[in-house]
Amino acid sequence: MKTAVIIFPGSNRDRDMFAALELITGSRPQSIWHGEATLPDVDLVVVPGGFSYGDYLRSGAIAARSPILKDLVSKAEKGVTVLGVCNGFQILTEAGLLPGALMRNAGLNFVCKEVLLETVTDATRFSGKFQKGQVWRCPVAHHDGNYFADAETLKSIEDNGQVVFRYADGTNPNGSLNNIAGVMNAKGNVLGMMPHPENLVEPLHGGLDGRLIFESILAAA
Amino acid sequence: MIPNTIQITPELIESHGLKPDEYARILDLIGREPTFTELGIFSAMWNEHCSYKSSKKWLKTLPTEGPRVLQGPGENAGVVDIGDGEAVVFKMESHNHPSYIEPYQGAATGVGGILRDVFTMGARPVAAMNALRFGEPDHPRTRHLVSGVVAGVGGYGNSFGVPTVGGEVEFHARYNGNCLVNAFAAGLAKSDSIFLSKAEGVGLPVVYLGAKTGRDGVGGATMASAEFDETIEEKRPTVQVGDPFTEKCLLEACLELMETGAVIAIQDMGAAGLTCSAVEMGAKGDLGIELDLDSVPVREEHMTAYEMMLSESQERMLMVLRPELEGEAKAIFKKWGLDFAIVGVTTDTLRFVVKHQGEVVADLPIKELGDEAPEYDRPWVESEKRPVLKAADIAEPADYAEALRTLVGNANGSSRRWVYEQYDTLIQGNSAATPGGDSGVIRVNGGRKGLAFTVDVTPRYCEADPFEGGKQAVAEVWRNLTAVGSEPLAATDNLNFGNPEKPEIMGQFVGCIKGIGEACRELSFPIVSGNVSLYNETHGQAILPTPAIGGVGLLPDVNVRAKAAFEGEGDAILVIGGKGTHLGASQYLADVLGREEGAPPPVDLSLEKRNGQLIRQFIGAGRLTAVHDISSGGLGVALAEMAMSSGIGATVKVKGPAHAALFGEDQGRYVVTVPQDRVDAIIEDTLDAGVDVDNIGTTGGKDLTVEGILTISVETLREAHENWFPNYMTAKR
Repeated sequence: MKTAVIIFPGSNRDRDMFAALELITGSRPQSIWHGEATLPDVDLVVVPGGFSYGDYLRSGAIAARSPILKDLVSKAEKGVTVLGVCNGFQILTEAGLLPGALMRNAGLNFVCKEVLLETVTDATRFSGKFQKGQVWRCPVAHHDGNYFADAETLKSIEDNGQVVFRYADGTNPNGSLNNIAGVMNAKGNVLGMMPHPENLVEPLHGGLDGRLIFESILAAA
Repeated sequence: MIPNTIQITPELIESHGLKPDEYARILDLIGREPTFTELGIFSAMWNEHCSYKSSKKWLKTLPTEGPRVLQGPGENAGVVDIGDGEAVVFKMESHNHPSYIEPYQGAATGVGGILRDVFTMGARPVAAMNALRFGEPDHPRTRHLVSGVVAGVGGYGNSFGVPTVGGEVEFHARYNGNCLVNAFAAGLAKSDSIFLSKAEGVGLPVVYLGAKTGRDGVGGATMASAEFDETIEEKRPTVQVGDPFTEKCLLEACLELMETGAVIAIQDMGAAGLTCSAVEMGAKGDLGIELDLDSVPVREEHMTAYEMMLSESQERMLMVLRPELEGEAKAIFKKWGLDFAIVGVTTDTLRFVVKHQGEVVADLPIKELGDEAPEYDRPWVESEKRPVLKAADIAEPADYAEALRTLVGNANGSSRRWVYEQYDTLIQGNSAATPGGDSGVIRVNGGRKGLAFTVDVTPRYCEADPFEGGKQAVAEVWRNLTAVGSEPLAATDNLNFGNPEKPEIMGQFVGCIKGIGEACRELSFPIVSGNVSLYNETHGQAILPTPAIGGVGLLPDVNVRAKAAFEGEGDAILVIGGKGTHLGASQYLADVLGREEGAPPPVDLSLEKRNGQLIRQFIGAGRLTAVHDISSGGLGVALAEMAMSSGIGATVKVKGPAHAALFGEDQGRYVVTVPQDRVDAIIEDTLDAGVDVDNIGTTGGKDLTVEGILTISVETLREAHENWFPNYMTAKR
């Protein structure tokens, strides 16, 4: 599987994502600078975590106006698989590729800890390797992860099966509506999630639960 | 705009923190009255914070060399060889004064400063720690400081993208007027490409890189070289404002630039900004430097030469570059959206010349400003020895279970989860052990090796006996590194004390340094970098002497290490290194009986070394299932911590007076667990090594039981342990 990772000034979980993708797909992802005009032909584009532009203005807002985003939007429309993690999720909502918004955590503090996620549906290209309803471990590390959408949007993403992952067993770390941790676009090829599956993919990390997302994408590609 | 023609008066000299004899020395050196800008430059270079004038004499006594040391003190950070052409670069530095005035920005820029020190050397930061000390919990300022400092440390480190792998948080009334924020950072570099601040070559461009210069932090280093009084609120403008985003870009740009081979010398602009960085580069290289301030990128209008020279705006670097690679360098900085300006040139005059708007505003001898700054041999008196308290003279608790619950569930013994969950502990994907254990551990660059990090000091011991306290701080760090199985490599010290002009404070400083030196020599654990923070006093009340030690250890295989949590049921629990007897200056005495008295536990360094080597051997051979060092709170707290972090209880038996056995803080000891079928062999090997060992019981169940003394459920302990901090932070004031 060919992958690419977009780097913005202030991206800082790009190296984690590179390592995870290389480990699981067996090949090194391409690194794409945000100022470039076009993305290469790949099976998966990842928008990694970090603090693009220092989270100034609103997290993800400035990066969502970067030159590369134009091509990302058009690739997404053509059905290319796009994964946004943490700041990547924030950027994808700011770019209009995903519904809703990420607000400051309800507790107002940055939070880095392990939570439990429930896989709501296994019928997506991001979750095929999970069992439906499977509860798994995953770390979070963010300040603005409180998922919000208006009532109408919320109803439609729930009805359409766009909610892929929820915080489980009372571990919602940020006040997200409906415990939403990961959500897709209507077409099902763009996923954004706050937790960091790339930080739980090898024994050193204390678990392998995060692999399943990448393995799902690999299997669907 | 402040003109350069301001009249130099005795009041102006005093407000610059310069003593009359120091001013006389200036007159003598330059043969005329200094200009206003020059006065500012002297103030910036000769203050305690930058010149180490009170401490230098004693710092020179510390051991700084070892077979693995590539760079000792004197550069931006120390460098230690870890094999395979790799080196770890690390240092710890205080940001105490600014953090008390403005906790968020003070702490944030403390983290920013130490990260910059590390990547200035050519290393990518891979781990951070912090040692924080606050006043008593009920002091009206404490919550505000805790919440601001923790948010500031996290705000900077998280955005920059370095995992925080360890640290300390303590409360004591003696920090009511001065909190301590000591930030540690470590980075990895190739051992053959370390970058230094020493300028080389005449007529080469001096280049300014990074963020623009503003008026923030003017006079910060001078502020940090004085005691606090009621004018503290007026000092807010001396605190810098951090921008971790710019620093992250600066990191990437600097590392990219270093790859090109363009960098001859590099110095970050920290305390005393442009002045200190330029003078250091020139003085170290025996060169003069000429700066033209009209080329300095500024973010405010009408800045004077004085303000530009003393600004402590963050995220700035000064470099001497190879002229032929200037274009390449400029392109890299443009890509990262950073300023790049040639602001000066190296000369052979040994003068520090500053020009502004066509006028020479400063022309000073560079060596005397820099490495030949004044040095004092301050008078000092040895601290009075305190009596050694006998356990028999110290009361037992009315209820042992309650005493244990107090020790793990009060301000100083409780879990720091509320703090470290605000720090990104996982970023970079190499974290093997995150905060909460004896040391944080990371894997080196995705390979096999690991590095362990810890920071420690027990200020109540240092107060009771500076020499023993200094020794103990080093020994405890060495022990923490050992307890995860790593070989202790080297250390950095952050020496926080009160006003050195008082002989008793200077005596604490000297005593601690002597103790640190002795322990470092005995344990072959050199000090490779460090920082001194004096004048931590308010209204004449000094902090506890707090020489924080940060240590780094090497694990040949990151997967072969020990954890401080019981691993399973039915393991034997051994205490290695002797039994608990010493209750003087203990946590039990302070927190259960409310007495801060007595001599601290002495450290026998040869036993420390022998016991530690044995523990490392056992861990390396995979023979132990858990290891925890015994420190504050003694065996009782060590067992409780191992139980709480696993949810598995234990039943043990202790000999002798139970309060001393459980809460005594005798040094050089470890609790280890061993599967029953390996117990005999471990005991035999321990005794063969001449080390005391005692099989005290077995892991298992849901309770922690000390036969005939106490039974308490692990859940009850855990509740007390976990709840104190969040309850404290959310309580109504």
